[in-house]
Amino acid sequence: MQKCKEAKSNYIIGVPRKLIQNNKNVIITAKKVLMSEYFVLYLSLIFFAVLAPFVPRFASLENIGNIFSNMWPLLCVAAGQTIVLIIAGIDLSQTSVIAFTSVIGSVFMTQNVNPDIFSKSPLWGWFLSQSGGPLAGRGYAVICSILIMIATGCLIGFLNGVFIAHFSMPPFMVTLVSQMFFGAFAIYLTKSENVMGLPKSFISLGNDELLFIPYSFIIAVLLCILAHFILNFTVLGRYLYAVGTNVKASVVSGIPSKKVIIFAYVFSGFCATIGSILYSSRLQMGRPTMGSNILMDIVGATVIGGTSMFGGKGKVIWTVFGVFFFVLLANALNLLNLSYFTINIVKGAIILLAALFDVMRTRIFASEHGK
Amino acid sequence: MDGNVLELRNITKSFFGIKALNDVNFELKKGCVLGLIGQNGAGKSTLMNIIGGVIQPDAGSMKLYDKPYCPEGPIDAIKNGIAFIHQELNLFTNLSIAENIFINEFPKLSFLPLIDKRLIRKKTKQLLESVNLDVSPDTIVERLSPGERQLVEIAKALSTNANIIIFDEPTTSLTSRETEKLFGLIKKLRAEGHSIIYISHILEDIKELADDIVILRDGEVVCKGCNANLTINNMISFMVGRDMDQMYPEKKSNPRQDVVLELENVSQKGIVANISLKLRKGEILGIFGLMGSGRTELARIIFGLDEFEEGTIRVNGKTIDKMKPEEAIKNKIAFVTENRREEGLLMSSTIADNISLVSLDKFSKYIFKFIDSKYMHECIKQIGDALKIKCHSYLASQAKSLSGGNQQKVVIGKWLMLEPQIFIVDEPTRGIDVGAKYEVYSILNELAFQGSSILVISSEVEELIGICDRILVMSRGEITGEFARHQFDKEQIIRAAFRQNVETAV
Repeated sequence: MQKCKEAKSNYIIGVPRKLIQNNKNVIITAKKVLMSEYFVLYLSLIFFAVLAPFVPRFASLENIGNIFSNMWPLLCVAAGQTIVLIIAGIDLSQTSVIAFTSVIGSVFMTQNVNPDIFSKSPLWGWFLSQSGGPLAGRGYAVICSILIMIATGCLIGFLNGVFIAHFSMPPFMVTLVSQMFFGAFAIYLTKSENVMGLPKSFISLGNDELLFIPYSFIIAVLLCILAHFILNFTVLGRYLYAVGTNVKASVVSGIPSKKVIIFAYVFSGFCATIGSILYSSRLQMGRPTMGSNILMDIVGATVIGGTSMFGGKGKVIWTVFGVFFFVLLANALNLLNLSYFTINIVKGAIILLAALFDVMRTRIFASEHGK
Repeated sequence: MDGNVLELRNITKSFFGIKALNDVNFELKKGCVLGLIGQNGAGKSTLMNIIGGVIQPDAGSMKLYDKPYCPEGPIDAIKNGIAFIHQELNLFTNLSIAENIFINEFPKLSFLPLIDKRLIRKKTKQLLESVNLDVSPDTIVERLSPGERQLVEIAKALSTNANIIIFDEPTTSLTSRETEKLFGLIKKLRAEGHSIIYISHILEDIKELADDIVILRDGEVVCKGCNANLTINNMISFMVGRDMDQMYPEKKSNPRQDVVLELENVSQKGIVANISLKLRKGEILGIFGLMGSGRTELARIIFGLDEFEEGTIRVNGKTIDKMKPEEAIKNKIAFVTENRREEGLLMSSTIADNISLVSLDKFSKYIFKFIDSKYMHECIKQIGDALKIKCHSYLASQAKSLSGGNQQKVVIGKWLMLEPQIFIVDEPTRGIDVGAKYEVYSILNELAFQGSSILVISSEVEELIGICDRILVMSRGEITGEFARHQFDKEQIIRAAFRQNVETAV
């Protein structure tokens, strides 16, 4: 009854009704922006606009090109992580897949090896020689090496998947172990040396452009479209979301959950390999420690995008925005001349905020729909 | 038996504009057992949560020993001597009995921050003696049977000097022996002057235990009286608000001769033994059994979720060597599990995602299994409309936003999409209200009429009598009775479930 009386007066607790109503609209708009899929994109653009006047180099054409070239390989890897997070898993081995496939691919196709450096490598003599790897100088060397890298990456993902799906081991444990194993194996193979002398055509993949469009951009976009297509338009995509939401119900509904889980990890390995190809070609070398410090970037960017670590929720397009924001942030911190450690402190704080934000958003969503 | 311990006056509570409780009045006398009954959703849990301080009423007042009582939280209720024994036991299975009992307030070794283990062991021993449980206080709760855990809960309640003890469906997971023991204890507590509120669906138990009875329907007290003046039939009519006959739709199934599902001597050690049954086309076959009789396990075996060692399963005369859910679905077998939240639904997904889940292959084309979403959404809409699922939108509403009855319809809809030939439904009406129950029965009835075969598993005899063509009774993993529709007799069926009618078993 009291509420009815209030509705007639022009004031609510002494505040003009109009003001409250206007504010209500503001709150509603704020909520809309907050709940929007594009929130992280808006955030990135605002971040860019605010920072640009203070750090003139930030908006320079050269720097923007730099931002994007940092973005594509990370995006490839994060797209795979997105699918694993959707099935309520996590793939910590991606960084080692990057390192290991980088080494494997480059020792196959390298065209010149310095004997002083590599004579201690276990591959020396029977596999590597002064004139390079077994495929050195052949016309099909690059394509073959790339296929070998992809096969290796998928195989590591497959092993992860089998242990997780068939032996019900926690994904955290399994992928942490394979991270250690393959990371160390990559270092063992080359005795921690970088493999140089990669063919020109391979190097051009990560550095050259096709009519002003970088190859790496094309590759990353194709990979994202593939992942998006699988998630949104195929039966497999529905299965991935279902397994991530509720495994038991999925099994009862006849979903081959084990195969679905294995697929997710294979795809994650595949994506990490594509990332590895881009990184290796950009650096023009096979590097056994490649990617060893980007694990937080991968998971962080994916989570900032809005993909939930509890499974069942996530989109590739969110990850695109998340990676964009993350790369933008790292770049800005770099330009501000902050130390590596300071940058990590800020990155950590941002990831924590993103995770907190995810929880908040879910809660707002739940309360809106509870009514 | 003098004076009221607890009085409730005009208690009203609404959720989202819907009245869960309306003007509820009753009083609990000292040294009495008050039986509280009502259908699911009648407001029993809300009422108990108000007494327990978990939620606050919108209007009305409570009095404890003639003093106003308005608890602000569960701890307030405990301090005032009110203890709750929940349906799902709230014990820490990884801790010992003694630790569980004193979890809220461990006695310390004088000023040291250490637990006085000797003291809690001694006190626990006394408490366990008073509930007639003969185990060591150091036993880990995990090792106890459900019945023994119940006794630990009661001991815990006694440790807080509770005068009012509320039991919420305490016997659901107990064996008959344990139930008997529990009743003995409740009677002993009553004699010692404790007041008890006993909530149960098992009216016979209420009849045996209660002094007074309060019946709730749709949030209102529809009957308040002395146990002696009420028969079980009276209670049912009060609870339902209509006669039993109208609870079930008129049967129109006509079972045919062809056998669609046949089990021959299916056995799995310790779970089921020598199960043979035949399910005919268009038949509704009920399986009745008490908790632990193997009824759910049998359903899981038929659907391929669990394995079996011996015997054969034939679907349409074809032997299936290794049953798996995928294989079962290929053979058009549907399985509505008893546990909707955990095994039936993707709670945070939309209704459309849930309904389409099993039959996605039907809507996919090309090698990539591309989904034809337009056609799929049409089919989802058809099924949703046919089942009258109440929601905002099939494409946007999450399954968890629905009521229990509508959630069950979503699960049924999911399987209807497959156009199943055999429907296995386990406790199809658990946790849903009377109106929705009727709808579920009608759907099953209609399906059977159209030629599907239905296997209904239930722990409610009335339900099976109401809808089945034939009932099989299971006990300890074996079939102990078979009844055709004209032989249906509640007492006989229950006797079979207790293995007291071996002579009538077929």
